[in-house]
Amino acid sequence: MNMCAALMLFQHAYDPQAPVHGAPWLWFSIIKILVVFTVLMVTIAYLTLAERKISAWIQDRHGPNRVGPRGLAQPLADGLKNIMKEETYPSAAYSPLFILAPVMSFIPALITFAVIPFAAPLPTRWGLVDMSIADLPVGFLYILAIASLGVYGIVLAGWSSNNKYALLGGLRSSAQMVSYEVSMGLAVVSVLLLSGNVSLSSIVSSQVKTGWYFFPLLIGFFLFLVAAFAETNRLPFDLPEAESELIAGYHTEYSSMKFSMFFIAEYSNMTTASALLTTLFFGGWAVPFWTTVNTAPWHWWKTVITLVCFMLKTGFFLFLYMWIRWTLPRFRYDQLMSVGWKVMLPIALAYLVVMAGAVLALDAAGIAPTARLGGFLPTYWTLLGVLNIVLAVLVFVVLDRGRLVSPASARVGPVELAELRAMSTRRPAPVQGD
Amino acid sequence: MSTKRTVDVAIGTSGLDEQGRPRRAPLTVNEGGTVTTLEPPPALEDALELEGEHMLINLGPQHPATHGVLRLVLELDGETVVRCIPHIGYLHCGFEKIGEYRQYNQVIPWTDREDYLNSIGNNVAFALGAERLFGIEITPRCTVLRLIAMELSRIISHLVWLGTTCIDIGAFTPFLWAFEQRERVYELLERWVGARLTTSATRVGGMAADIPAGWMDQLQHFIKTFPKTVDEIDRVLTTNGIWVGRTVGLGVMSADEAVNYGLSGPMLRASGVAFDVRRDFPYLDYETYDFEVPVGTHGDVYDRYLVRMEELRQSTRILAQAAARLPDGPVDSDDHRVVLPPKSKAMSDMESMIHHFKQVMEGPRPPLGESYVAVESPKGEKGYYMVSDGTAKPVRWRIRPPSFVNLSAIGKMVEGHLLSDVIAINASIDIVMGEIDR
Repeated sequence: MNMCAALMLFQHAYDPQAPVHGAPWLWFSIIKILVVFTVLMVTIAYLTLAERKISAWIQDRHGPNRVGPRGLAQPLADGLKNIMKEETYPSAAYSPLFILAPVMSFIPALITFAVIPFAAPLPTRWGLVDMSIADLPVGFLYILAIASLGVYGIVLAGWSSNNKYALLGGLRSSAQMVSYEVSMGLAVVSVLLLSGNVSLSSIVSSQVKTGWYFFPLLIGFFLFLVAAFAETNRLPFDLPEAESELIAGYHTEYSSMKFSMFFIAEYSNMTTASALLTTLFFGGWAVPFWTTVNTAPWHWWKTVITLVCFMLKTGFFLFLYMWIRWTLPRFRYDQLMSVGWKVMLPIALAYLVVMAGAVLALDAAGIAPTARLGGFLPTYWTLLGVLNIVLAVLVFVVLDRGRLVSPASARVGPVELAELRAMSTRRPAPVQGD
Repeated sequence: MSTKRTVDVAIGTSGLDEQGRPRRAPLTVNEGGTVTTLEPPPALEDALELEGEHMLINLGPQHPATHGVLRLVLELDGETVVRCIPHIGYLHCGFEKIGEYRQYNQVIPWTDREDYLNSIGNNVAFALGAERLFGIEITPRCTVLRLIAMELSRIISHLVWLGTTCIDIGAFTPFLWAFEQRERVYELLERWVGARLTTSATRVGGMAADIPAGWMDQLQHFIKTFPKTVDEIDRVLTTNGIWVGRTVGLGVMSADEAVNYGLSGPMLRASGVAFDVRRDFPYLDYETYDFEVPVGTHGDVYDRYLVRMEELRQSTRILAQAAARLPDGPVDSDDHRVVLPPKSKAMSDMESMIHHFKQVMEGPRPPLGESYVAVESPKGEKGYYMVSDGTAKPVRWRIRPPSFVNLSAIGKMVEGHLLSDVIAINASIDIVMGEIDR
C-alpha cells in the first residue's frame, strides 16, 4: 500500500498533464518572468515603429525607413537616443516625486501583464506549466487594482513638475482615469456573470466551452473597449498630453529616459489592454473553430499555435488602437467627463441589471451554457447575443451621436463670468480722465 | 522727417494732412460727447496678483497651437477661461516702413512675407494697387493668370488652415492629406515662378514670368483630382461626432457682432453676412466667373469650417473656368513707364539701354496720388493702401490685414469657454502672425 502511494506520488510528480509544483515551479516562474518581460519590452519598442509605420500608411507617407532595412532598427536608434540625451531637472520641480513619477507609471504598466494567460499550458517532464506568469485566483481584480495605480505616476508627474501645463495634464488624467475605471469595472462584471470566475485562465476556458463573449456581451465589450481607450490615455481620450493644448501635458518637463519611460508605460498599457480585450471577450489564446487545440490533453505544438493565435488577436487590438488614433479628433475635457459619467456609467449599470436578469432567466429555463442548438450553435450564446443586438440598437438609436457629445455645454454665461472676474483681481476699475 | 515727404496732394480725398502725414481716423465720439477709449489691458504684474483659485496661464508665444508667436494670457477658473488678453508684436518686421524705402517692384518681395500662406495673392494685390496708382491697364492674359494665382493661393491657405485646425482639435491625419495637396500647388507655383513660398510673382504691369509649356495640363490635372481629397476630408470630419461636438456652438459671433468687430472673409460669412470682395467689389474680372459665396448661419467654429471647405470647392470651380478661358497674347502691359525694354534691344539700342538703366536704378515713378485696393484674401478683406508723392517710392504703404482685425474678436469669443476651446477658436480665426505684426 505504501509502495503504491509512493509510486502514485512519483508518477504524479512527473505527469506532464498535471500542474507543475515545487522547485520546478519556481524555476519555471523565473524563466517565464524573464521571457515575458523581454518579449514585452521588445514588443513595446516595435510598437513605436508600428505606430509610425501605420500612421504613415494612413497618411500616405513612407514612415521611418533610414535605420536598418525598411527602418527596422529605428526603435534601437530611438532607445539609444533617449539614453544619451541630457537629463533635465527643472529647478522648481520637487525632485523626489519628479524622479519617482516615471517609475510609478512604468512599473504598474508592466506588472499588470503578469496574470494574463497567453497560451495553452505547456506540458513538460516536470508537469504542466501555465502559460501566464501568475494565474491568480483574483486575476481580474488584480488588474483593476494595479492598473489604477498607474494614475499616480501621471498625477505626481504633473504636480511635481511645477509647470501649469503639466499640472493641467495631471488633473485631467486623474479625473479621466477615475471616471472610466468605474465603467470599465462594471463592464467586466457582465463577463464574470457568464464565466462565474475572476481568474483569467478560467474565463478563457469557459469561453472555449461556451463560445467567445464578444457576441453575448456585445455592449459590455463596447463599453470595455471605450473605457480601455480612456484608461490608456490614447486618442480620442489623450487629453492629459494633448499636445496642441498642453504642449505635452504631464510629461512636458521630462527629458531623456524619464520621458521615454512614460512612453513605455503608455505602450505597455496599450498591450495589456489589448491582451485583456482578447482574454475577456475574444477567447484569449483559443483558436477559433478548432476544439482539439483548445482542450486537453496538452502538447507543445498546441502551446505554440495558441501563442501565435493570442499574439494575432492582441496585435489586432493594438492595430485598432493605432487606427483610431490616426482617424479621430480629440474629446474636450467636459465632453469626456459627460460621456464617462452621464452615458457610460448609466449604460453599464443598466446593462449589468439586464444581463443579470437574462442569465437568471436562462438558468431558470434550464438552458445549460454548454448546450448547443442542432449540435453546433451554442444556444446560450446565441440567445444572449440576440438580446445584445436588440439592446445595441436601442442604445444607439436612443443615444445618437448628437446627444452623446454635448456641444460647448460648459460655456459660462456672461453674468457668472462677471462674478468670476470680480472675484479674481484686486485691480481697481480704471478711473476716467485720470 | 525728411523734407521729401512733405508734399502737396491735390487729388481726391487725401490720405495726407497739411503736414504731409497720413491722416488718422477720427476718434469715435459718443452721443454725450465723451471720447470712448477701450479699457486698457491690465499690466501683467497686476494680473499676476490673482486672488482665490484662479490660475494665470501663458499660452504662447512659443506654443504649438498659437499658429506662430501669438501670446494669450489666460486667466483660468479650473479650465474655464475667465479673461483672455492677447499680446501681439513678437513678429514685428516693419514691412510698411521698409516699403517706404523701396521702389514699387521692390516692395513685392515684402508682400510675400507678411501673409506667407497667401504670398502670391499678396503679390497680385500689391501689383493691382500699384497699377491703380500708375493708371495701367493689364493685359487679358495677365488678368486670368493673376486670378489663377489668387485662387491657387486661396487653396494653399485654406489647406494649411484645415490641416492645422485638425491638429489643434486632435485629428492628425487630415493635416497630412491637406499638406500633400498643398505640395501639389507649390509644385505648380515652383514651375511657374521658380519659388514656392516667397513667390514674388508679379511686377507692376505684369507678371515676373509667363507660365511654362505644359503648365496648364498640370493645373487641369490638379483641378480634376483635388476635389477628391476635399471630399475625403469632408467624410472624415464633417459628420464625425467628436468633430461636431468640438466645434458646434463654439466662439459664436452673431452677424451684428461680426460686422461691428470689422470681421471679414470666412469669419464674417460664417456669421451669415454674405460679403465677399470678389463678388461685391470685383477685381480681375471676378464678376464674369460663376461661383457661389458660401454663408453660414450660426457663426461658430463649425460654420467657419463648412464655409472654408466650400470655398475650397468654389476655388476649384473658378480655376476650371479660368483655365478654360486663358487667352493668348502678351502677359506684360506695353506701358513704357513700368515695363523694361527687351534685353536684346537694351544691349544694342542706346535709348533702350538708358530706359532700362533708369527703370532699374531709379524705378518707375507713378503720378501724385493714392490708391486703395482691396482683395478677398483667404483670411478676409486684404487692403493695400499706398500714397505716392511722385517719386519712385511710396510715401506711405499701409496694409489692411484681415487676420489682425479678425483676431481682435478673440477675447470676446473665448471668454467663458474651456482651455481646449481657446485652441479651437484661435484656429478657426485663421491667423498668420506675419500679417498681424507686419
